[in-house]
Amino acid sequence: MARTMAEKVWEEHVVRRADGEPDLLYIDLHLVHEVTSPQAFEGLRLAGRSVRRPDLTIATEDHNVPTADLLAPIADPVSRKQVETLRKNCSDFGVRLHPMGDIDQGVVHVVGPQLGLTQPGMTVVCGDSHTSTHGAFGALAFGIGTSQVEHVLATQTLPMQPFRTMAVTVNGTLQPGVSAKDIILAVIAKIGTGGGQGYVIEYRGEAIEALSMEARMTVCNMSIEAGARAGMIAPDQTTFDYVQGRPHAPRGAEFDAAVEHWKSLRTDEGAEFDAEVVLDADELSPFVTWGTNPGQGVPLDAEVPDPASYEDPSARAAAEKALKYMDLRAGTPMREVRVDTVFLGSCTNGRIEDLRTAAEIIRGRRVADGVRMLVVPGSMRVKEQANEEGLGQVFLDAGAEWREAGCSMCLGMNPDQLKPGERSASTSNRNFEGRQGRGGRTHLVSPQVAAATAVRGTLSSPADLDAQ
Amino acid sequence: MEKFDVHTGRAVPLRASNVDTDQIIPAVYLKRVSRNGFEDGLFAEWRKSDPDFVLNRPEYEGASVLVAGPDFGTGSSREHAVWALQNYGFKTVLSSRFADIFRGNSLKGGLLTVLLPQEVIDRIWDAVEADPATEVTVDLVNREVRAPGVQESFELDDYTRWRLLEGLDDIALTLRHTDEIGAFETTREPWKPVTL
Repeated sequence: MARTMAEKVWEEHVVRRADGEPDLLYIDLHLVHEVTSPQAFEGLRLAGRSVRRPDLTIATEDHNVPTADLLAPIADPVSRKQVETLRKNCSDFGVRLHPMGDIDQGVVHVVGPQLGLTQPGMTVVCGDSHTSTHGAFGALAFGIGTSQVEHVLATQTLPMQPFRTMAVTVNGTLQPGVSAKDIILAVIAKIGTGGGQGYVIEYRGEAIEALSMEARMTVCNMSIEAGARAGMIAPDQTTFDYVQGRPHAPRGAEFDAAVEHWKSLRTDEGAEFDAEVVLDADELSPFVTWGTNPGQGVPLDAEVPDPASYEDPSARAAAEKALKYMDLRAGTPMREVRVDTVFLGSCTNGRIEDLRTAAEIIRGRRVADGVRMLVVPGSMRVKEQANEEGLGQVFLDAGAEWREAGCSMCLGMNPDQLKPGERSASTSNRNFEGRQGRGGRTHLVSPQVAAATAVRGTLSSPADLDAQ
Repeated sequence: MEKFDVHTGRAVPLRASNVDTDQIIPAVYLKRVSRNGFEDGLFAEWRKSDPDFVLNRPEYEGASVLVAGPDFGTGSSREHAVWALQNYGFKTVLSSRFADIFRGNSLKGGLLTVLLPQEVIDRIWDAVEADPATEVTVDLVNREVRAPGVQESFELDDYTRWRLLEGLDDIALTLRHTDEIGAFETTREPWKPVTL
């Protein structure tokens, strides 16, 4: 029978299947960070259990760590204790850790692919919803809770409920200035924050195939914002070229054997998806959010929508509530929305290509008066590479802050936060109330829009700069 | 894990859709390394900034059933959202749609999340708002929710129901199959990466 890629990868990992029970799936790679793991390790200790496969586990410090002044001890004692707890847990249980200051430290979803640990056909889990990022390689990658983190540590498996499959096909070609971020924001606006619930999404079509590996990660990263369990893209030559030569990639004959297998993972001709969504890349333009969930987005050329235009009473109420929180008035052109902060970074858009794109736009220009721009590389390797390419200097010359690696203002857990009433254009993934700091207001944007907005001070595309 | 069979308690009507886990518990409350004490973070911002927020109203004090709008628990995978609800005193959450990861976390941790049609949620909201002393019963044995004027069955797979009724720990159940896990491991492709 013709099968989808997700079904193939799932089948390859079934350890046990029994009537009336969820399938028990084997986990190839478990990524660990400081925030969702302490209670899991404590659970192991209390039960006298060990980590079954420390050699399939890797940890880093990202959510909670400061991105300035690496050498100083973490000022917040509660944050410090959490980071120290991870260090002790990794040491006690024999788990490899990349701590602050290490060249391989960074946002967990940037670190895995960079090391070549994320490969096609694998099952990847992490106590973080953006684990869907790794699906860009044709891996089946799920975000999990702390109880499941403990379960994977103890057994290297997870009992998983069956899923449904959804194809999101993006035909055509992206116009200049339009990026992977705009694709995924448009997908979420189309299907809604609950549209993907219960589904593993496979992104396909010529616009997806044309994307670089890093851009594919941006798309898969935000699958969770559409409510999906995971997002995947079929591995192809772009994928193989990206993996080859990385520290943990197979070498020589093993690489060739792996590629042969990876090619077999593609969805079979004639395989049926439970749902299908189609978009035309030619029609996409830079996308921005106006509300407090990632589905509340419009093209940058559009205006803040009128809640009265929603037929569904629940959507209307949500829009009214969002506009009140965001302090926006219906009918205001999105381009007139003024920001005081620009955040470039996160597991969505903190990789080297994102920094290159933004630096190219900002080169020789200045961040607008009254605007603070924070550039936070996704990992210390990304930072090193950016510095080698002179990008760090471009940001500094423009008046931006060039920080150390971490999740930073994406979730406002470390000191990088918006103050009440502040407004950001952010390349991150969530515009929830207070997400970037209590009372802060977030507009989700692409790196292109972030850079142009930093220069103009209002939500802008690079084309607006050229017009000046 | 505490067993769940039948629970009866007063209910809180949370008339909002898309209540994400950043609202259930903001990130700044996730720094603790323990599994309890998260009740202060539950809906922290709404409790602080809105005196009319439903949990600030005295008539709902001590309620143990949360009746929420659609798409409850979207966003982050933080299980702290489940712990915060439990630490605060909630035993069960009713909604017409839950985000997947939140739902998974809740059922692992013994917080019973119950899927009901929105029309039934609306009726429970109306009943509870008309009389906050209204009691709602969530009966896992018969897979049924009961409130004045409401008797509605709900779906939950047999395996999860059994695990909750018995209060069983998933890890212990899986460890019964260690031999099968070991056998599977011998079949893994040699090119798959290791971290050590």
